[in-house]
Order: sequence, then structure tokens, then C-alpha cells
Amino acid sequence: MAADSPDQQIHAQLSGVTRIYPGAAGTKPVHALGPVDLDLKRGEFFAVVGPSGCGKSTLLEVLAGLQPSTAGTVTFEGRPVAGEVPDGIGVVFQEDASFPWLTVWDNAAFGLRRNGFDDAEVRRRVDDALAFMGLKDFARAYPAQLSGGMRQRVCIARTLVLQPRLILLDEPFGALDAQTRLLMGDEVLRLWRRTGATVLLITHALDEAAMLSDRIGAMSARPGRFLDIVVTGWPRERDSKIVSEAAFGEITGRLWDNLRGESMKSLGYAGMTAP
Amino acid sequence: MSKVGWIRLAVVIVAVGLLEVCCRTGLINRKVVIPPTEMADALWQLLISGQFNDQIARTFGIVLAAIAISVVAGFAFGVAVHAMPRVRQALDPFFATYYAVPIFIFYPVMIVIFGLSAWPIVLMGVATAIVAMVIATLNGLDRIPRVLTKVARVHRMGTVSTALRLKLPAAAPHLFTGVKLVVSYAFIGVIASEFILAPAGLGRVIADAYSDFNNRSMYAMMLLLIIAATVVNMLLHMLDQSWAERRGIGKP
Repeated sequence: MAADSPDQQIHAQLSGVTRIYPGAAGTKPVHALGPVDLDLKRGEFFAVVGPSGCGKSTLLEVLAGLQPSTAGTVTFEGRPVAGEVPDGIGVVFQEDASFPWLTVWDNAAFGLRRNGFDDAEVRRRVDDALAFMGLKDFARAYPAQLSGGMRQRVCIARTLVLQPRLILLDEPFGALDAQTRLLMGDEVLRLWRRTGATVLLITHALDEAAMLSDRIGAMSARPGRFLDIVVTGWPRERDSKIVSEAAFGEITGRLWDNLRGESMKSLGYAGMTAP
Repeated sequence: MSKVGWIRLAVVIVAVGLLEVCCRTGLINRKVVIPPTEMADALWQLLISGQFNDQIARTFGIVLAAIAISVVAGFAFGVAVHAMPRVRQALDPFFATYYAVPIFIFYPVMIVIFGLSAWPIVLMGVATAIVAMVIATLNGLDRIPRVLTKVARVHRMGTVSTALRLKLPAAAPHLFTGVKLVVSYAFIGVIASEFILAPAGLGRVIADAYSDFNNRSMYAMMLLLIIAATVVNMLLHMLDQSWAERRGIGKP
């Protein structure tokens, strides 16, 4: 598999990152994550897979600055991430985060208006993002009039218009059916190629990770640590058709080898081990 | 108008027509109920004579004041209680059982404190309506998706900006339900208080007309209240419907 290797410059970095949630009254603290080390290279597409509750979303939120790490350091473009989401990071969540009281167009324009962009620039960027996401004909519709996949595209468009350099996707297709997920995957790949942004995708779907990513981090059961980093070696110009390639099966097979035992642990199959 | 709207209108016309026929044919004693056309005629005559205009203005002014106070204070109190989970836990049973208490028993206390002014009536209206707004506010705030708070942080929005630009619009449908309930309860609280003890207002006019066997005035004022309450509720319903359609919830 010949890879178009991404720029080797480190874009974001987690060093020895641990996250422990303090226990509520009478309960033990929950060690959710780490220690985790990760170097995200500029312009790469990195996916994180792992069993339910292993701390994947916690990792994303710590990297975004949405929650603090208990130990370790997080940097984005060489600067520490602490307290707030740094400029240049965009996040798309699993839940429908569209604003039901705004039209698709106004949803997409939300961040730009907040940041004081002039009307012409807002119009240019929003029209462009909606056209890119295939939402041009729905600009005046309200989110509730759209399907789940289209609403998620609205949220991506709202992120896209701010031209983030690091896009964090927290299981954005988790609530969608398999076919829509494949198509959405194609759209995310187009978006990634066009923007040149670094993308970190959190997903529980091994096929999704294998199809979209340059590298995939397989995480252990809680507390989540990286067990393996799989380099896919896909060319930058790729789409969902690669699911029929033999290498695709090899990648998902290797991921499953890593995760089977961990998934059993997370589901409480005590004493069982993966063969 | 939609098909459902036509059916609704037909139901009203048939009911009013039936009452008219029953009164005119003597099936219903005219000393008990006068025909709807006579009610309308009596109302028209009273309105053009201006005999009760000051009472009408007073009552609607009091209802408006009760609505405004209930909405503003109920919302503020709801927000404050929502921010203090332990206080809320302590108060929840009171909210749940509030309407089981006959609030009107406190009217004499209000008169002792505020005298025979409009204030006791306003406060009775508020006492009847405010808890509906508090409960609606708590419901609305409970139902704000948690992801919106994360979105706000991604957009580096402050507390006030998050509250005004994300949380308030997200909670708006529940808040509006509260407003609709407040309007209904305020009407009930004010008219009932006037009816029982107040020296003035539409409730008093209806009570006096009832005591004097003045059916024309009594039914005229009752018709006015029914029309006013229906029109206000229809307007609120239309507004609610238009917002619901925007949000894709559609017509019921």
C-alpha cells in the first residue's frame, strides 16, 4: 500500500495525558483515560477506535480543551491547551447539535456572525459551505425538516465555515444508518482533502475508521490507552469504494484482533480472553 | 383555513345554533339562559353605552399586570431554583401539589394587607398563575440538550451569551407553554377573585347581575370574557403553531 505521507510536522500533541473523574459522594474516582501519548501530524486523518466507555470521547474533549486533563500536557500548534477551546479547533459532536430555531443558513452562519465577520464574507463562506455539503437547496429549511444525516451536515458546515485547522469529530455518524454513514464518510474525506485540516475522528465503527483514516489508534478498555497504532497507507484521493479492497479487510481484521479482548472486558466477560 | 379548522368552526356554530334553538323553543327556560343572539345584542348595547367600560378596562388591566408579573417573576424564580439543585429538590413537592391548595382562601389576607385596591386581585392572579411559569421554566431548562453547552464552549461563548443565544431559544417552546398557562390561570384567578369579594371589575359586574336576576347583563359580560379568553388563546395558539411548524414539529 503506497501512502501519500502527510506532513510530518506535529500539529497537536498529548503527552502522558490522564483523566480521572472525581467520585461523587461515597464513590471511588473513575480513571477514564490514560496515560496517553499521541502526536497528530499536520494534515493527517487519525481515527480512534475502542470499546464502549474506554475514554475515546474524553480524549477528544481533553484535546479540544472542553475538559482538563488530570495529568500530562496537551498542545495545539505548539501552545498548551488549557481552560478553553483554542482558536483553530472545530468540533462536531455525535448528538444533533443543530439549532432548531435557526434555518440551515443561519445555523451555518452562527459562528461567523459571533466572530464579527462582515455580511459579505459571511454570505460567501456560508453559501460555499452549504454548496460543498450539498445543502444549498435546503438553506431556508429548519433542521427538524431534514434527515439525521443532513442535520449532521449542517453541524459540519457550521464548523467548516470557521476554517478550523484541526477538526475533531466525536462519533458524528453514530446515529446514522450504515449506507448514510458510508456516504457521509465520502463527504468527510472530500472535506478533509479540500481544507487540508488535520482530522481526529472518534468512532466505534472499525470499518469507518479503516476507510477514512491515515492512522488508527486502537484503545484498550477503561482506562483507555493506545494498544496499537495502525497505519492504513491509503492514498489521499480515496473514497468509500476502498471497502472492497483486500487491504481494507486486513486493517479491520488487525483492529478487531486488538479490540476483541478489550471489548469483552468492557462488557464484563470476566475471565474470558480473546483467542 | 384547514379542514380541521373548518370542523372546529362547524362544531362551535352547531353548538351555538343548538343553544339558540333550545332557548327560542322553550326547551331551555329563558329565565335561566337567554339565546346567544340576545347575549350578543346585550353585549353590543352595553359596549356602545359605555356603562361598564371602566370595569372592563380595570379587569383586563389587572389580568395583563398579573400575566406580566407571573411571566417575569416565574421565569426568574425558575431560573434561580434550577441553578440550585438542592433547593429544587426541596421545593419540587410544593410545586407538584401547589394547585391542590385552594389559593382563594388567602384573598381576605391580601385585603387586610393591601386594602380594597386592585393589588389583592393582581396578586391573586399572580398566585394562581406564577407556579405554572416556574414549572414550565424548570422543564424548559431541564430539556436543553447538554451538547449545546459544549457547542457554546467551542464557540468560546460566555455565560450570558450562552444563556441568551443558545439556552433561551432552546428552552423557548417550554417557556411559551408556561406563558399560555399563565394567561389562562391569570384570567381564572382575577375573574374568580373579583366574583367572590372585589368591589369592582367584570367578575363583580357578573356577580351583581346574577344577584339582581339581570340575565342580559350577566350573559353579556360572560360572553365578553369568553370571547376575550378565546381570542387571546387563539392568538397564542397560532403563534405557538407557527413556531412549531418552523421547528418541524408540525400541526397536531
